[in-house]
Amino acid sequence: MSGVEGYMYPNEVTLYWSVLIVLYPYITGLVAGAFILASLERVFRVDAVKPTYRLALLTALAFLLDAPLPLQLHLGHPERSYEMYFTPHATSAMAMFGYVYLWYLMAVLVFEIWLDYRRDIVLMSQQRKGLMRVVYKMMTLGSNNISERSLHIDEKVGWIVTLIGIPSAFLLHGYVGFIFGSLKSNPWWSSPLMPVVFIFSAMASGIAAVMLIYMAVTKLRKEKIDMRCVDAVAMYMFYIFILDFSLEMLDLVHRIYEADESFRSLDFMVHTKLYFSQIVLQILIGTLIPLILLFLTQVATIGERARKRIYVVCSSLILISVLAMRWNVVIGGQLFSKSFLGYTTYKMALVTREGLLVAIGLTILPLFFLWVLLKLLPPWPKKELQESAAGD
Amino acid sequence: MSGFKDVQHLFRFAGLFVAVILAFLVVRSYVVPKSFGEYGHYRGAAIGEIAAHPIKFAGHQACASCHTDIVETKAKGAHAHVNCEACHGPLATHASDPSAMTPVKLDTLVLCVRCHAASAAKPKGFPQVNPAEHMGGVPCQSCHNPHSPEIRPDTGKSLAAGGAR
Repeated sequence: MSGVEGYMYPNEVTLYWSVLIVLYPYITGLVAGAFILASLERVFRVDAVKPTYRLALLTALAFLLDAPLPLQLHLGHPERSYEMYFTPHATSAMAMFGYVYLWYLMAVLVFEIWLDYRRDIVLMSQQRKGLMRVVYKMMTLGSNNISERSLHIDEKVGWIVTLIGIPSAFLLHGYVGFIFGSLKSNPWWSSPLMPVVFIFSAMASGIAAVMLIYMAVTKLRKEKIDMRCVDAVAMYMFYIFILDFSLEMLDLVHRIYEADESFRSLDFMVHTKLYFSQIVLQILIGTLIPLILLFLTQVATIGERARKRIYVVCSSLILISVLAMRWNVVIGGQLFSKSFLGYTTYKMALVTREGLLVAIGLTILPLFFLWVLLKLLPPWPKKELQESAAGD
Repeated sequence: MSGFKDVQHLFRFAGLFVAVILAFLVVRSYVVPKSFGEYGHYRGAAIGEIAAHPIKFAGHQACASCHTDIVETKAKGAHAHVNCEACHGPLATHASDPSAMTPVKLDTLVLCVRCHAASAAKPKGFPQVNPAEHMGGVPCQSCHNPHSPEIRPDTGKSLAAGGAR
């Protein structure tokens, strides 16, 4: 049989979880990571990262809106997916996650963004004309009160929402790791470390994405990049990435030391079918190079220009590394037979519903969502807004 | 009163939230079938609907009531426990009125390899062949009687081979 080496059970030959299922944990990870970065400023009072706060929230929202789309395209009957909400099954992790998603979207992200932007929304509803005025009017929910006290209350409530948002973000992404980690039939996935590894890699990728977006958007706006901010973001990215790498290595060492009945089969897979995506792309290029470069930025005095370039390279490599990690988990877990006697091949289609072009489209789509959100809710208020607020 | 004024917008957001939840519950009451959850996590009325489907399989006894010779042959061979309709397909229409429908004669080149093509997943004692090497395009029933497929050492064929019916 083409693409099959050794013996596979008949239901193992074709991979059912395609590149879109690789994309799904990647995108939710970016959401969780971006939100954690926002919480650094809000809850942990890291003032240096303030210029990224609103951008991080909008990035999280843009990616969260995109997150269910790979799943919808993967479903045989996407038109029935709403039934997950109408007839919830309490013993199904996937079904319950639908509620976690809604909770995170509405009670955390949308509410926090609304609270943070409320002053701007009210001011824009008074200054804008035409359709946009109506849109902003609707977004005020009919309340134009932006008194000092009401904004102070918003600040307090926002703090609480962010505090609730942190475990929610962990739950959102921990679930994805849980889905894989709890599958005891699959030794490549079954590990209690899986949710933790997913969360830390999510944080690293989300922070990397916000940093890249911040640098790109600032450049496009012809503004000066706040180096104090990107230095602080890079520092947190470095620390979290070290933790992520340590946890993944801990998992690896544990597997090697335990060397259960699946080990020879999985070890063979890492040295053959997953060699490029795991050893070369994820570990060597995607992890060690950014770790060394970020380490240098922490210990050596490097010029501003060079630091910016290093941050761009590191963020890009971390994003590639985490995508490769998702690939290795999702695809890798389906390449070997549960008999440990054979291996199959994943042939990615190009233009089918679950093909490469759709995957690329779904990766770019959140950037379009973000563009709309940035137009609607600019993270950097225009001068006239600031002036009119000053006149209040 | 001014104290409330400064938190009024929060109540508005909460109100929107409650309105969405209420709308969800209203839609749910219309969308979820009434019999859902009657016996388990499925639509209870589905059982009755499935039971009302026309019967397609006649069952082994229905075949035996007419095709006694075949059943006797089958009872002596390795296929004794393979039900007729496992190979011949659902034949309730034929069983209720034999003239209404005549079963199609099966192509043994296609049928037999469904079970007997070699695969490492099958038990060692299970008869399995590489179709290209074993028969080279010759229909199975040339040597094996599908109803009792063992080859007799004296004739090199099985009982009444060539007469697959």
